[in-house]
Amino acid sequence: MSKQYKAAALISGGLDSLLAAKVMLEQGIHVEGINFYTGFCVEGHTAAIRKKHQDKAKRNNALWSAEQLGIKLHIVDIVEEYKDVLINPKHGYGANMNPCLDCKIFMVKKAKQWIEENDFDFIITGEVMGQRPMSQRKEVMPVVVNESGAGDILLRPLCAKNLPKTRPEIEGWVDRDKLLAFHGRNRKPQMALAKEFGFEDYAAPAGGCCFLTDENYSTKLVDLWQARSSRDYEMDDIMLLKIGRHLRPKPYFKLIVGREEGENKFMQGYTKTYTNIKTVSHAGPLCLIDGPADKDDLLFAAQMVARYSQGKNEDNVILSINQPNAEPYEVSVKPLAASEIKQEWHV
Amino acid sequence: MSAHTLDVRRLLCPMPVIRTQNKVNELQAGDTLVVSCTDPGVLNDIPAWCRINGHKILSTKEHDDEIIIEVEVC
Repeated sequence: MSKQYKAAALISGGLDSLLAAKVMLEQGIHVEGINFYTGFCVEGHTAAIRKKHQDKAKRNNALWSAEQLGIKLHIVDIVEEYKDVLINPKHGYGANMNPCLDCKIFMVKKAKQWIEENDFDFIITGEVMGQRPMSQRKEVMPVVVNESGAGDILLRPLCAKNLPKTRPEIEGWVDRDKLLAFHGRNRKPQMALAKEFGFEDYAAPAGGCCFLTDENYSTKLVDLWQARSSRDYEMDDIMLLKIGRHLRPKPYFKLIVGREEGENKFMQGYTKTYTNIKTVSHAGPLCLIDGPADKDDLLFAAQMVARYSQGKNEDNVILSINQPNAEPYEVSVKPLAASEIKQEWHV
Repeated sequence: MSAHTLDVRRLLCPMPVIRTQNKVNELQAGDTLVVSCTDPGVLNDIPAWCRINGHKILSTKEHDDEIIIEVEVC
C-alpha cells in the first residue's frame, strides 16, 4: 500500500486557503489545517460586540472552512510571538501597519515547525501570485520560501504551475498537472472553482482578514505607541483599539467611550483594571481612561463623557469616577458643548 | 474519567476555542470539561471545533450573560 502523504494547510478562513486545501484533498493527500491567531484577526465576533451587528452570523471562518473540508483544524495562539513581527518587520509595512510579507514568512516558518513536530510532509497555502500587492507579488514568493526555511516543501496549489516545482511535485506525492495556474487580482477563477467544488457562503472579507490593513485601526495603534513612547502592546490594548470612540485631549491619556450598549457591556469587563467614568443622573456611555490622568483631567474627561450622554443639553450631569484600588466618587459637571470637543482629539 | 473546568469569560473568539482546544489536548478520553464563556460566538465555535475534532457537546446553558458548555473528550 502506498504511503498517504500529509500536508498542513494554512487556513485563514478565506476562499483561497479553502480551495488550496480542497485541491490537495482531491489528490488523496491527508490535510489538516493550521490557523494562526495574531490578535489582529478580523472575526465576525469582534463586530458582534456591537449590538447593532448582532444579527450577523457569529462564526469563525477558519472553523467553518475546516468543517466544509472535513479536516481537523489546529488553532495556534501566536499573540506574543507576533509582537516582534509587527514591531520590527524586516520588509516593512504595507499601506497601513500591515507587515504582510513578514507575517507570511513567520506563519510559514511556524507551520514548518508544526509539521516537523507532527510528522507531516509538506505545507500548503492559498497564495495566488500577483493577488496581493505586498506578500503575493511574483518577486517575493521565493522570499517566503527562503526566509521561512520551508524551501521546497512549500506548495501553493492555486498557482503552482506558475512557480518552480516543489518537492511534493518532483517526488510525485502530488500530480502537478492537476494543480492550478491562477494569477492576478481577478477572483473569477477562484469563484468558478468554488462553484465546481460546491462551496457556497464562503467568507469574502472586503478589507482582508487582518485589522492591521485597516487605516483607522492602524492610526489608533500608532497613536498608542506615540503616547507611550514605546512600540509595544498588550492583548487588552489591541482589543480596545477595535471598539469605542477614542479621544485624546492630552498626550498622556485618552478616553475610550462606548458607542452603544454592546460596546458598553464589553468594556464593563475592563472596569477593574482601567479608571472609568459612568453617568449616574442620565443614561450614557461607559468610558475607560487609558493613561495617567490626574483629578483635573478626570473632571474634564467627565465633561466630555457627559457630552455623549442623554444629559448633553442639561446644565449638570452627575457621573461616577472609579479608579482601581480607590474609592469611587461622584462629580457634577456641565457637559462640554459639541464645539468644545476638538476634531484633533478624535484618534 | 475526571471532570474539569475552564474559565474563558471576557475572552473573545477564537481565544475561548483555543483555550478549550489546549485544555482538551491535556485530557483523556471520557473526561469532561465545563467551559464558562461570555462571548456568544462560542455557541457556534466550540461545537464546530468539537465536531471537527471528534469530541461531544454534552450540554449548553445560557444564564444571564454567561454561557456554560460541557464537552466530553472522545
